[in-house]
Amino acid sequence: MEPVLKAKNINKRYGKVVALDNANLELYKDEVLGVIGDNGAGKSTLIKALCGAVQPDSGEIYLDGELVTFNSPIEARKTGIETVYQNLALSPALTIADNMFLGREIHKKGIMGKFFRVLDQSGMQNLARKKLSELGLLTIQNINQQVETLSGGQRQGVAVARATAFGTKVIIMDEPTAALGVKESRRVLELIGEVKSRGIPIILISHNMPHVFEVADRVHIHRLGKRLCVVNPKDYSMSDAVALMTGAKEAPTN
Amino acid sequence: MFLSLSKKMSDISKDLKDQPKFQEDIGSKGQDHHTFEIEKQNTLKKIQNFLHGNPTMVPVIILILSVVTFGLIAGGKFFSAFNLSLIIQQVTIVGILAAAQTLIILTAGIDLSVAAIMVLCSVFMGKLSVQMGIPTSFAIIVGLASGALCGAFNGWLVTKFRLPPFIVTLGTWNVFFALVIFFSGSQSIRGRDIEDAAPLLHFFGERVNIYGAQFTYGSFLMILIFVVLWFVLNKTAWGRHVYAVGDDKEAAELSGIRTDRILLSVYTVAGVILAIGAWVSIGRVGSVSPTSFYEGNLDSITAVVIGGTSLFGGRGSIVGALFGALIVGVFSSGLSIAGLDVLWQRFALGCLIIIAVGIDQWIRKISN
Repeated sequence: MEPVLKAKNINKRYGKVVALDNANLELYKDEVLGVIGDNGAGKSTLIKALCGAVQPDSGEIYLDGELVTFNSPIEARKTGIETVYQNLALSPALTIADNMFLGREIHKKGIMGKFFRVLDQSGMQNLARKKLSELGLLTIQNINQQVETLSGGQRQGVAVARATAFGTKVIIMDEPTAALGVKESRRVLELIGEVKSRGIPIILISHNMPHVFEVADRVHIHRLGKRLCVVNPKDYSMSDAVALMTGAKEAPTN
Repeated sequence: MFLSLSKKMSDISKDLKDQPKFQEDIGSKGQDHHTFEIEKQNTLKKIQNFLHGNPTMVPVIILILSVVTFGLIAGGKFFSAFNLSLIIQQVTIVGILAAAQTLIILTAGIDLSVAAIMVLCSVFMGKLSVQMGIPTSFAIIVGLASGALCGAFNGWLVTKFRLPPFIVTLGTWNVFFALVIFFSGSQSIRGRDIEDAAPLLHFFGERVNIYGAQFTYGSFLMILIFVVLWFVLNKTAWGRHVYAVGDDKEAAELSGIRTDRILLSVYTVAGVILAIGAWVSIGRVGSVSPTSFYEGNLDSITAVVIGGTSLFGGRGSIVGALFGALIVGVFSSGLSIAGLDVLWQRFALGCLIIIAVGIDQWIRKISN
């Protein structure tokens, strides 16, 4: 089967530090791929290369089998790769609707929109409401509420809703539960299942083993700048995964 | 262990407090905390919430209070249509400076060179049309273009070299002021000479009487500038991006906004507004003086801050700056009619600035 997103032999150096050493990654249709690795293993550099925030020194990235290069996150987004950043990249003082369409606003039709660049605010609010309710987040009642008045989990919900509203091919989520409490984490994990059921594959980067093992279909273990192995979370325990991550255990040879 | 758990629980309940609807999702445990927290929400908290949602209400309340107070103290003299319209005339220039200043402060910047740019443009307009005999309309166009250029120069330094706006505009303030002295030869252009050679420059000083109230075309133009900016900031993508850049530049960048382009355009637009202000100021003052509006930089910041716009960017409204300028006008007029020395006007303004920033900080605490 053709992977939706494939990274092949990606190299990236920062001076003498090798962040990525011929790293590979494959993401298939209808799956959640968990990416784990020790601090400094290069997983965040790999993810940044996939979402356009970092330009690799060499290597190829294929989206649906086609070779792509990203010079910025905007270019990656245009091809349908959306990223939910750890800091969420939301503007706290703007409303939920404003945030969801930030950087890709819908303009009014006709001369007011074309010439005066007037926004179609009611259209954007309706779409934002629709996207949030699709993900079961309609509990956020007022779409014109400022994001800073929301709780951490709700903000995460807005960021995920924004990604699903535009991410047609792949959604990358960087540590989505790191800043959340127990119950809000649960809600976000459910959200990941919701997005997956919509047919959008997800790359989930997380330090939280139980979370990764709960929602991931396959777990990509990154070590020393490259992929050590990919395991099925059903066949391996979390302590096995930690042992692989830290080098205490040899990688399986399949 | 138990302590950290209970801390977490209280964190969750704190989140719930602002968001009663979300609790259904989170489960029954949070509910107890939720109802508990609601009881604790006092009137002060409600006021804080209200002001957070409507930041312009702060200057509106201050404006109404000060008008009423001075009306009581100074009586009919203050409340006459003539006096109230005179206040609007007096704040015209500071209002236009504050409109430009608001744009820049919204991006978390500050512009100390606004008045210097304005005076430089007025010197160009006067010099070209009166002393060099170039058609007035052409001189005005040159003035507008040089305003845009000065603003763009500030913006270029801020975006290209990542210099702090405070330092950039502190530098350009001096540079532009020196250019003012150079081009004007430290000579004023007299009002009578302007009237003879380029009456068009006095256009915005012309007055109309409406039932005893007296307005200049300049004050109408100032209000028009505010209306246009309000529309652009609230109804167009550019306006939303200005707020986003000031609020969290990195987040805006990741959202796909080309932040440098927005910043550059903000400084350039501010420059154009200042050049329009230059034209209005010639009408208001009558002459072109290289030393006029020396305190305009700080006056504009005062108006913006009193108007409820946060110096940390991303929060506030353009209309607030108009109210801020009016509050300053009402204070000066009211205090002088009440017969108080000018030093007390400064004293009162100083207190107002500190109070305004204090209120802003208090409102912003809501997000923590």
